[in-house]
Amino acid sequence: MKRLVVPLFVLLSVVGLVASTFAVFTQTPLSVNFNEDGSLVGTSLFYNQKIFYFHVAHAFWLFGAVFVAGVCSILYLVKRSPKWDDIALASVEVAVAFGAVVLVTGSIWAKAAWDVWWNTEPRLTMSLLLWLILMGYVLVRRFAGPSADRIAAGMAIFGMVGVPFIYKMVGQDSHPAAGTKGVVATLDAGMRGPFWMCVATFLCWFIALVVYRVQGTRAERELRELRERGMDLGVLS
Amino acid sequence: MSLLRQAARVAGKDLRIELRSREIVYTMAFFGGLLAVVYTFAFPQDKRAILGSVPGMLWVTIAFTGTIGLGRAFDRERENDTMRALLLAPVPRLAVFLGKAISIAVLVLAVAAVVAPLLALFLNAPLFAHPGPFVLVVVLGVLGFSVVGTVFAATLLKVRSRDVLLPVILYPLLIPLFVAGTETTAALVAERPDFAAAWYWIKFLGIYDAVFLVLSLWIFESLVIE
Repeated sequence: MKRLVVPLFVLLSVVGLVASTFAVFTQTPLSVNFNEDGSLVGTSLFYNQKIFYFHVAHAFWLFGAVFVAGVCSILYLVKRSPKWDDIALASVEVAVAFGAVVLVTGSIWAKAAWDVWWNTEPRLTMSLLLWLILMGYVLVRRFAGPSADRIAAGMAIFGMVGVPFIYKMVGQDSHPAAGTKGVVATLDAGMRGPFWMCVATFLCWFIALVVYRVQGTRAERELRELRERGMDLGVLS
Repeated sequence: MSLLRQAARVAGKDLRIELRSREIVYTMAFFGGLLAVVYTFAFPQDKRAILGSVPGMLWVTIAFTGTIGLGRAFDRERENDTMRALLLAPVPRLAVFLGKAISIAVLVLAVAAVVAPLLALFLNAPLFAHPGPFVLVVVLGVLGFSVVGTVFAATLLKVRSRDVLLPVILYPLLIPLFVAGTETTAALVAERPDFAAAWYWIKFLGIYDAVFLVLSLWIFESLVIE
């Protein structure tokens, strides 16, 4: 059963990717805005808007991963079971990749919508800050030696607790673009179905990668322990 | 002895050592002053540009000098392996943590007390136009920095690449704190000071400090084990 988890989620995400790409390009309204007199609004995005579906879906799970890592790190510090540490590490590593997608697609969006490659749009800034915390986590894991797991766990917990502050901070910093309701509530009705489809697809992809990574780390540890036992018994040199 | 008195003992020990050598404060303050001089060359000197950039300069200086101070303060414990003795002392770990955080906050505040007037002097910036809220925001910012910084500097004590990892860990986590400090300072030095905004960010900082103090008290014991 456990062997089937990764292939199952990979299959789901491949099917989902094909289906949601199809839905995004055929089922959603094109982003065109007209003025009152019928002329085209200069900032209409047309097909550029389609990147939104992948961009926000990735941002969703970047955000989710920060909480997964934070909660698993708390459990790790409380229970001292490496199981939780593995999950925290895997979700951070996958989230770093997801965050890279968020930042690149966000930058493309910014170029299309505002003609700059980067600006301090609140949600984009927030993604960047979360991504920096996760990158710091990965660096600590890699370079902090034997106590890296504890230090990184502390960092994940502090990062998670800091999220509301980052949210408040970026919200105060600039104009309230989408209002208090958030992006999803302001979506065109026709965009919602494909949007949630993308979110589900990338959730499957996220889970597949995390489980795969956890299995890898676990196998690594088991191998190391077996080696040590072999050396203790004098079977291995 | 109550927890606070034990913490005061630990802080008093650190500060007494520092008072005898004055190594950290002198070098930190000199470094902060150097940064202020560098800013006068690096940034345009007209009035508007200064008003816009001096809050950022102040908080960048606090972040840089504070990081150096944190590193040195814990190096001192490592060099003679006195951290183990400190942790073995018959006081709760929380007292050790609080004492360390207090002594570092005092050091960073002492440096800020040198650097802020220097910045005001070199750049002709009205940093002290509203001394009350300005001092309050610096104190709150330094407290938050010291609390979070102490947790991670203590855990990094035995790590070889601690000098470079400390800012890698601290700065992403502390960005909200530095932004709040910068925004408050900017609201206070503006030509038409915006006290509502300053008050908002001071409250933000206060809540930030409280939350992270509680979290640090909880987490310190599980992170720092010898």
